Amino acid sequence: MIHRECGVLKTTYEADMALYPLPIAKYTVAALAIVFFVVIPLMLHEYFLSIANLVWISVIGALGLNILVGYTGQVSIGHGAFMSVGAYTAANFVTRLDSPWPVNLLAGGLMAALVGAIVGIPSLRIKGLYLAIATLAGQLIIEWTINHVTFISGGVQASIEVPRPRLGPYVVASQHAMYYFLLSFVVLAIVGTMNLMRSRVGRAFIAIRDQDIAAEIIGINIFRYKLLAFAISSFYAGVTGVLYTYYLGIANYEQFQIGVSIDYLAMIIIGGLGSVLGSIFGAAFVTLLPIVIRYAMEAFSGVLFSQATVHNLIPALRLTLFGALIIVFLVLEPEGLNRLWRNIRSYFRVWPFAY
Amino acid sequence: MRKYLTALIAALVAMAGLVGSVVPASANHEIVIGLQCDRTGATQIVGTVLCPGFHDYIALVNSKGGVEGHKIKALEIDHEYKVPPGVEAYERHKKEGAVTMAIYGTPHIYALAAKLTEDRLPGTSPGFGSAAAADGTRYPYIFPIAATYWSQGAAAVDFAKKQLGGSLKGKKIAFLFYDNPAGREPIEVIEDLAAKEEFQLKTFAVPPPGVEMGAQVLDIAQRFRADYVIAHLFGGAPGVSIKEFKRVGYPLRKVVSFVWGAAEANIEAGGGFGVAEGYYAMQFAGVGKDYPVLNEIREMYKKQGKPAPKEMDSTVFYNRGVLIGALHVEAIRNALKAKPDGKITGEDTKKGFEKINNFTLGGLVPPLKITATDHEGGGLVQIWQVKDGKFVKVTDWYAAYQDVVAKHIKESGKK
Repeated sequence: MIHRECGVLKTTYEADMALYPLPIAKYTVAALAIVFFVVIPLMLHEYFLSIANLVWISVIGALGLNILVGYTGQVSIGHGAFMSVGAYTAANFVTRLDSPWPVNLLAGGLMAALVGAIVGIPSLRIKGLYLAIATLAGQLIIEWTINHVTFISGGVQASIEVPRPRLGPYVVASQHAMYYFLLSFVVLAIVGTMNLMRSRVGRAFIAIRDQDIAAEIIGINIFRYKLLAFAISSFYAGVTGVLYTYYLGIANYEQFQIGVSIDYLAMIIIGGLGSVLGSIFGAAFVTLLPIVIRYAMEAFSGVLFSQATVHNLIPALRLTLFGALIIVFLVLEPEGLNRLWRNIRSYFRVWPFAY
Repeated sequence: MRKYLTALIAALVAMAGLVGSVVPASANHEIVIGLQCDRTGATQIVGTVLCPGFHDYIALVNSKGGVEGHKIKALEIDHEYKVPPGVEAYERHKKEGAVTMAIYGTPHIYALAAKLTEDRLPGTSPGFGSAAAADGTRYPYIFPIAATYWSQGAAAVDFAKKQLGGSLKGKKIAFLFYDNPAGREPIEVIEDLAAKEEFQLKTFAVPPPGVEMGAQVLDIAQRFRADYVIAHLFGGAPGVSIKEFKRVGYPLRKVVSFVWGAAEANIEAGGGFGVAEGYYAMQFAGVGKDYPVLNEIREMYKKQGKPAPKEMDSTVFYNRGVLIGALHVEAIRNALKAKPDGKITGEDTKKGFEKINNFTLGGLVPPLKITATDHEGGGLVQIWQVKDGKFVKVTDWYAAYQDVVAKHIKESGKK
């Protein structure tokens, strides 16, 4: 990821597909693991860990959505709803069966995968904007159902409280514990996505994205793989919903409304479609940018304006700046932060010599 | 490309520098209140007026020397009515040492309920949030501190009963509500009261975003022919409802709105005070400019040589901001009385909230009595009517059917 390579000439398919393109890549990954598992949780205040936790939750959701949108080329504006399916399935499992969290997590993911596959059925006939509207309908139908069927929502408030996850005698409640809990799932999600994309299934997804008729001609079962893409992607979304529910201690449908679906789409478009690293960058960018802008403005706007104006100005300017920066980044590099990162790398590859 | 990259890296380094240079608030002498606001999101109509009210009250307290010699600092964070930024705001407030949190938004108080309890920090949800949170034994760190939707529903039925001549037997009452959890919450209480008072109840759901309710209003006015309407809408929806009732010719003096459809801004969105003549609005804070505390705030601005802020003209939300600020300050005052060294924690302010009794701020705040078991403080509301271009007080502070509300709180505790 951040190492410098030169003179790499791959001669076999195995070498081309390897997770670690060079031996040094192993050390980079090990170093990153130490940073994220040891240095960050030991160095940073609980508050920053809480932000990191929000980033981790979005990373998993963004990876899932990227499998569908970035790798398979099918649009979905229903991922917020798939998350709520996962969340409410897990919450119902807890309250009705008192089952442990791994069961709930899996059940939430699988239920979301099932619902996602059903919502994805129109993708067999329609594409592009039309599919977007079909998944939008899925979002609205799921929202309405959870909102009105009290068997699912657990009452008119549509909120189900869940206990904190337990690992043996240990309760995952503090931000520190939650950090490790969520980070382990992020690692699983990243490794899972990377491996999926190296497999036959992943190559089929990419073939469908690039030209679905050609893919069908070379023998890919479009029906199966499109629905599989929806199911896998929704599984990630469901798991995100369950983790979010455990993070907050409550499942509430207002946390998964249409705005959330759009936020996730923004993440993967800003980060870079069809890339694992892009999903991570995008999730971090969309979550962190408003916070960074607010810090910067708190530090400086007091110099220029009175206190009452500042209170009005900060939120308004933050939104404007957020939008403006997204445009700047997209104009700078339409293929997202991932491409930007690769450009920076190739620039430094030969640095300090230009050629 | 190279130029871009250099510029980009420079920008990133500069930004990192900015973040590093932020000086954390010194928590030594100041007592910090965490204030969540929505000035830019779905309910900005509320936040842009309510939050200045909160800040002005805190500034007034500080200009008089603070509370028991300690200055108060209200740290505001805007969350756009989205949940993740609300969670982030909560953690930030916790980091800055806040001893009490003014939460804003029903999904937010739900999302933070578990954390508030784990971290032992009191959070308030005035006029929104879960009605069951009035039970202080079940939710020890959540304080509705104003009439919940259940109490508002009970008060609305009682008001309709008085308006219709003292009996609701055989009358038709329509409940027009925003179709989300907060909107549906009062239905169970109103249904109970329908059985008790023997009136016919019909509910009319307005789907989000609540800008289209022509069919529902027409149904209420011409098919169901309601004798009275109880409206429970949010954001832009109350304004639309006023317009629609006017359009179908249903008299607005037969409509009583819950607290979030009761502000000047809602009336203006509905076409102005002339159009809304007769409309009844429920309030959990006093309305108008004629309160001693508001005079003091104007006085404070005058001393600084500044005009009074324009937000003060929107008295409903502004006064609510003052009320919320005042109740937090009272809780801190009570906590500091018990611990004069100023080292108070969330637990102390929780106890401080539970000591609030008959603190009225010259009539702007209802005479609440918050106890360890009752975090709502009595469920008191006033009804005001739109008359001759302004709000006119119709009833004094009252609460109705508190036995029915208590029964529902108890039942939800058993679940």
